[in-house]
Amino acid sequence: MFANPFSLHRLGILGMNERNSRYVSRYNPRRLYPLVDDKLQTKQLLESSGINVPELVSTVKEQSQIEKLINFLPASSGFVIKPAKGSGGKGILVIQQVECNNRQFSYIKVNGDVVDINYLKRHCSNILAGLYSLGGKSDVAIVERIIEFDDTFSDFSYEGVPDIRVIVFKGYPIMAMMRLSTRASDGKANLHQGAVGVGIDIVSGKALHAVQFGKPVSEHPDTQRKLSELQVPNWDNLLLLASQCYDETGLGFLGADIVLDVRRGPLVLELNARPGLAIQIANGCGLKPRLQLIEKKVSTLKNKNLNAAQRVHFCMQAFDTSANGAITTAR
Amino acid sequence: MSNSRWPFYALIAILFFGGIFLSVYRHIEYQVPWMPGERLITWSVEARIELQADNEPTTVRLLRPLNQNNYSLLDESTASPGFGVAYLDEKNIIEWTKREAGGPQSLFYRATFLVNNEQESDKSKSPDVLSVVWSEPYQTAANQIVEQVNQRSAGSVSFAQQLFLALRENNENISLLKQEVPDEAELAVKLLNQNNISASLIYALKLEDGRRRQSLTTLVKVWFDGVNIDSDQSIVFDPTTGQRNIPEDYLLWSQTSKPILEVVGGFDSIVTFSIIKQRESIGAAIKAQQNLEENLINFSIHTLPLEEQALFKTILLLPVGALVVCLLRILIGLRTSGTFMPVLIALAFIQTSLMTGLVGFLLIVFFGLLLRSYLSRLNLLLVARISAVIITVIAIIAIFSVMSFKIGLVEGLKITFFPMIILAWTIERMSILWEEEGPKEVFVQGGGSLLTALLAYLAMTNDWVRHLTFNFLGIQLILLAFILALGNYTGYRLFELIRFKSMVDK
Repeated sequence: MFANPFSLHRLGILGMNERNSRYVSRYNPRRLYPLVDDKLQTKQLLESSGINVPELVSTVKEQSQIEKLINFLPASSGFVIKPAKGSGGKGILVIQQVECNNRQFSYIKVNGDVVDINYLKRHCSNILAGLYSLGGKSDVAIVERIIEFDDTFSDFSYEGVPDIRVIVFKGYPIMAMMRLSTRASDGKANLHQGAVGVGIDIVSGKALHAVQFGKPVSEHPDTQRKLSELQVPNWDNLLLLASQCYDETGLGFLGADIVLDVRRGPLVLELNARPGLAIQIANGCGLKPRLQLIEKKVSTLKNKNLNAAQRVHFCMQAFDTSANGAITTAR
Repeated sequence: MSNSRWPFYALIAILFFGGIFLSVYRHIEYQVPWMPGERLITWSVEARIELQADNEPTTVRLLRPLNQNNYSLLDESTASPGFGVAYLDEKNIIEWTKREAGGPQSLFYRATFLVNNEQESDKSKSPDVLSVVWSEPYQTAANQIVEQVNQRSAGSVSFAQQLFLALRENNENISLLKQEVPDEAELAVKLLNQNNISASLIYALKLEDGRRRQSLTTLVKVWFDGVNIDSDQSIVFDPTTGQRNIPEDYLLWSQTSKPILEVVGGFDSIVTFSIIKQRESIGAAIKAQQNLEENLINFSIHTLPLEEQALFKTILLLPVGALVVCLLRILIGLRTSGTFMPVLIALAFIQTSLMTGLVGFLLIVFFGLLLRSYLSRLNLLLVARISAVIITVIAIIAIFSVMSFKIGLVEGLKITFFPMIILAWTIERMSILWEEEGPKEVFVQGGGSLLTALLAYLAMTNDWVRHLTFNFLGIQLILLAFILALGNYTGYRLFELIRFKSMVDK
């Protein structure tokens, strides 16, 4: 029932206590948290420095604006309404398509349900009242253009956009995982709700190993697609994007959630200052050797900082799957 | 990195060894035993007199307790700024005097009694029987009662026994007399005197650990009559129950019916009592008396007034609860709702007893969640919502208290010991958790909280732990050292060993 703690240590698996005291509290200054806890702030910060994010259509900030909500929504394309301070994917409403008959709009959700403008108004009102924000604080609703996600992934996900979580340590992308929603996870990309986590090779962007509910799986439980065939296109760009998030936020231990838009390429969805540890299970590999390697690298560089491209280059060489075992043992 | 950490480790070491040193010093120098129950039990009783002085010569006389069955007086002391103190031995009286006192005054008298099995023969002379005169219609009623009881009895003791039985009956005569003399004990003495039996009121204090602002209980002492029995023998009755002998755990404060407190030159006087139980050797008790002046090294809570000591007895247990929470969260990885909420719940359990506490807690949280689910539909602002939940919790507590009292469950009244604000926050948290993560997470965290509270309760009610934390302040430093060291722990949690199990199996 219990794993031997010494074998976990030998695998270099990072525990919650060590994550909190050695990494989160050391590398993430508290004052930077608001940057990532408010998605609107994150978005504006990243956008102003040229990092691609889902296109912001409008923000609804006051209850009085809800009466004219129709003016805030795109008239022809799909869109997403989400709370700025929501967590764990709560309160996110995805409208796939908008139809207009006789100046009467109807909105089609991902699962095919058709809703009207009053439904959207109520949803926005709930967001502003703080229904989805932590501690019920009043919030802002963000309207984003929908992500048209790559068809290559359509078999890998059930009713939801798969996203890629990259752990970025001091600006170095050290581990990545793709989260695929399933019927069990109700279309959400949350691992503890039953989404599949697929470890992605930092070097190639190919799937390494996949888990659902902490147990290894080889194919998607709903679509039966072989997970080993998964290959993230445009992988270098994606890592570069994740790496740049460090330069903009200053958070040393960061989880970047990235989605792939078919036209605009990788987009940063949100950032997390306390990334979870499940990524280790999805990769079948511990974070610690990689963290230590980067710490050593940064200390040998002294004050000479590498730029994002150089950092990605370093990681792609250091974390070559063939060299992967070498790091673990050479520690 | 290891360089910058060493002052921290040194601090932990200093705290740890400092704590050990203080405890060992206290053990050796003051003979405080490591184990509870190893030595004798003493009760410290403190009388606190408060009065308003009149700006004129003030005299305060307080009766003080003497050696008696099962309790021997170890030492006594007073604290009374500016007053002259005299122990008047023959009269069992302590007297404070001051030429000119004005405004509110506080006087303290403290006595320590050792619990033993020595029997002290009580040789107090029977007081003279006072002649009893009633006005009508009370005279007739009293005569009737005495007559009835007399027929049912054979001597003074059986008369008294029957009288106490009669006093609890609901008949017209009794209720009539109770209008004239509302106090049962006083009424009994009057009726006993009427039948020519000598009796007097005496006062006793119920010994309960950690009690503050207590008052005395009135008992009735009845002397034997008759020719063949020694006329100085007496027996004590509890007027509320009619039981013979002094109830267990009662310390007789005064053996005569004289007033406990007499004040000349003051008004609004009141005397209240605080009680605390200690375990110390006789040697230490005597030594502590001698060392009263050099208290700097004798770093002990025992030098505080009893009232504050009783408070500290609970406060000093809190670090133990905090340590339990640290262990469970850092080493086990148990999830609780609210970090130290379980400790406060455990404190409430100490006051309510475990079963009552558990049932009460579950009831309050359950009904609180029901009501909160309605409130959540109203989309209220946070502060207003919590305030509403607090009022709801108070209402639930009130309803349960009244209901359980009506059914006859006095245990239910203890529900009021729960910290209401904390409970309201718990309900609020759990309700949010329910909405965001679903009922499973509520049970996980609620169960975790209850388990933590239970373990903290067990640790905090352990006799040995209570003994150590109260008698050895050094233990607090050791606890602090442990908690600091735990804060530095970066190893795996027990639950993570399960979570990452699949990675090792590969």
